[in-house]
Amino acid sequence: MRVVVLVKQVPDTWSPKRLRPGDFLLDRAAADGVVNELDTYAVEEALRIKEKHDDTTVIALTMGPPPAVEVVRKALQMGADEGVHVVDDALAGSDAMVSSLVLAAAIERIGFDLVITGVESTDARMGVLPAMLAERLGAAQATLAAEVKVDGREISVRRLAGGREFDVVAPLPAVVSVVEKINEPRYPSFKGIMAAKSKPLTTLSAADLGLDSNRVGLAGSATEVVAAEERSAERARVVIHDEGDAAARIVEFLASRKLL
Amino acid sequence: MHVERELPSEEARELLEVVADLARRELLPRAADDEAAGRFPREIFRLLGEVGLLGLPYPAEYGGGAQPAVVYEQVLEELSRAWLTVGLGLSVHLLACYPLATFGTTEQKSRWLPEMIGGRTLGAYSLSEPDAGSDAAALRTRAEFDGAHYRLRGTKAWTTHGGHADFYTVLARTADDPDHGISCFLVPGNAEGLRFAPPEHKMGLRASPTAGISFDDVELEPERRIGAEGEGLRIALAALDVGRLGIAACATGLAQAALDAAVEYAGERWQFGHRIREFQGVGFLLADMAAAVASARATYLAAARAADTGRRITRDAAIAKLVCTDTAMRVTTNAVQILGGAGYVEDHPVERYFREAKALQIVEGTNQIQRVVIARQIAGADAATI
Ligand SMILES: Cc1cc2nc3c(=O)[nH]c(=O)nc-3n(C[C@H](O)[C@H](O)[C@H](O)COP(=O)(O)OP(=O)(O)OC[C@H]3O[C@@H](n4cnc5c(N)ncnc54)[C@H](O)[C@@H]3O)c2cc1C
Repeated sequence: MRVVVLVKQVPDTWSPKRLRPGDFLLDRAAADGVVNELDTYAVEEALRIKEKHDDTTVIALTMGPPPAVEVVRKALQMGADEGVHVVDDALAGSDAMVSSLVLAAAIERIGFDLVITGVESTDARMGVLPAMLAERLGAAQATLAAEVKVDGREISVRRLAGGREFDVVAPLPAVVSVVEKINEPRYPSFKGIMAAKSKPLTTLSAADLGLDSNRVGLAGSATEVVAAEERSAERARVVIHDEGDAAARIVEFLASRKLL
Repeated sequence: MHVERELPSEEARELLEVVADLARRELLPRAADDEAAGRFPREIFRLLGEVGLLGLPYPAEYGGGAQPAVVYEQVLEELSRAWLTVGLGLSVHLLACYPLATFGTTEQKSRWLPEMIGGRTLGAYSLSEPDAGSDAAALRTRAEFDGAHYRLRGTKAWTTHGGHADFYTVLARTADDPDHGISCFLVPGNAEGLRFAPPEHKMGLRASPTAGISFDDVELEPERRIGAEGEGLRIALAALDVGRLGIAACATGLAQAALDAAVEYAGERWQFGHRIREFQGVGFLLADMAAAVASARATYLAAARAADTGRRITRDAAIAKLVCTDTAMRVTTNAVQILGGAGYVEDHPVERYFREAKALQIVEGTNQIQRVVIARQIAGADAATI
């Protein structure tokens, strides 16, 4: 079985994010790049599936500027078998539609039975990519998975949506996005760090995927950010409505701003 | 504050990133609570084991990471910066593995080392006794050979991880000879006749259990003696060189944590219409603290580099232990001062750092004893008598 797991580099969640003046793209140079935390659950789930099923290959895939290769390396250190980095200047500014086009092309080229992603990335926070991918790949989609089981050519997923649980079954190939509840991601071990050095890591350009540069990046994107303004202190006001857990949420809020 | 690290390889840099990430997520959030409750975080050591930290210095053929001191000492520093109990505990574990890894036979190493450094088990090092502290050579715990087995009888004091460890590296007397009367043993934690006193109630490091042990006719197969009979003191002192270097790294991490807390507070606390760091009296204190931490780091790294050349580092390790732990004491004391009243209460970690620093001036040879060792070394005398 070939399991492709998607990983993305995002600005460190602990540092403030900024849009670049002019094109309003995320200023990736302004903060340290880290792996999108939600993706580490996807990597962990892929590795657990591999541990349960012989003959499984886990391929970590990212699309992003050159430094983004770090997140593929991290997935390899955790235990993924191979890495693929789609990198091309022409890809800068790709919106979700274009990203899904590029990633679907890469996934098809890699070959897959199962694609696992996080629920969303902590920078853009759209959460639409898994569904778009499934559509483009003609695969079943089971998003927001809190539990995944693979049995032969079938996958059973417990979805956690709108505060309720749904059990769904789908044939492979499928695209699954996983929620944080699903597992506890492992830390890379020193042996994993050493082993990652000799694992195959492929770099692909838009052309390698047969994609014309005018179909990708800012040029190919339907989304255009025309204006942005800095959030004022006033707008940043947070109102916590008591649903029985207000005290805990206030503490959490204060702690997140290091006021406790 | 970001610490610029000197690391010899890409994998070492990546490892330190994992360690810093783990420290931030797993250690920092619970250190204060567990210290207040005196709860030993055994499962944290399992996690360190999974990452491979419990065997980092030891040979790859036995499952270790084969990393130089320059790397694993910085791992100790990074862990101690988040929680001294964990950094110190790892240092003690590595110390407990050292005699077997260094002086054991191939058979002994194949039999025990993989499990000891494999991550699931934790070690302790038992040298001190109620009447043999600084004068460790005066120890009285006996190991009598009855023709088939050694039988251990006596009382040890102050053993870090006592009652929790899976194995104990124990120094015991096999003869009255003052120079060659002590031997080194590897005692399983579940050996019959091993009894642990309730843990000490300490000023700090309360999550790190420290306990007396009584050996009530503990039977050991002769294969569990490490090195020749009578070689124990030499082994113990060689191990202490490594242990002292570890304490130096831990102390540097603790001092860094205190500096970080003081810098943060001084940037946020306003008095007389200014952030307090803008007062020269505070700024200079912070500058001195930063200079002291950087010097401590440079000192222990110099000793680590010396260790990596394979030469004996008795003097270097004693100097590093002395410099780094005295630095930790001074920097944590000044951190309390910079926080003022806030530094004296448990809402901030600096009063805990201050209490923890004191232990580091005492363990693995008090700082008076480090001076004795250094003085002997520079006089060219044989240091093996202390
Ligand atoms: C938290 C903690 C953890 C410990 N963990 C371990 C462990 O895991 N394993 C273990 O074996 N031991 C451990 N110890 C014991 C530690 O190594 C001893 O406490 C230390 O060696 C000092 O011995 P002592 O307490 O008997 O003090 P003493 O030797 O009685 O010293 C008392 C004072 O006299 C001074 N002094 C003694 N001799 C001289 C001299 N020749 N010149 C000048 N001054 C001198 C000392 O510096 C000290 O100030 C631990 C201790 C603590 C506090």
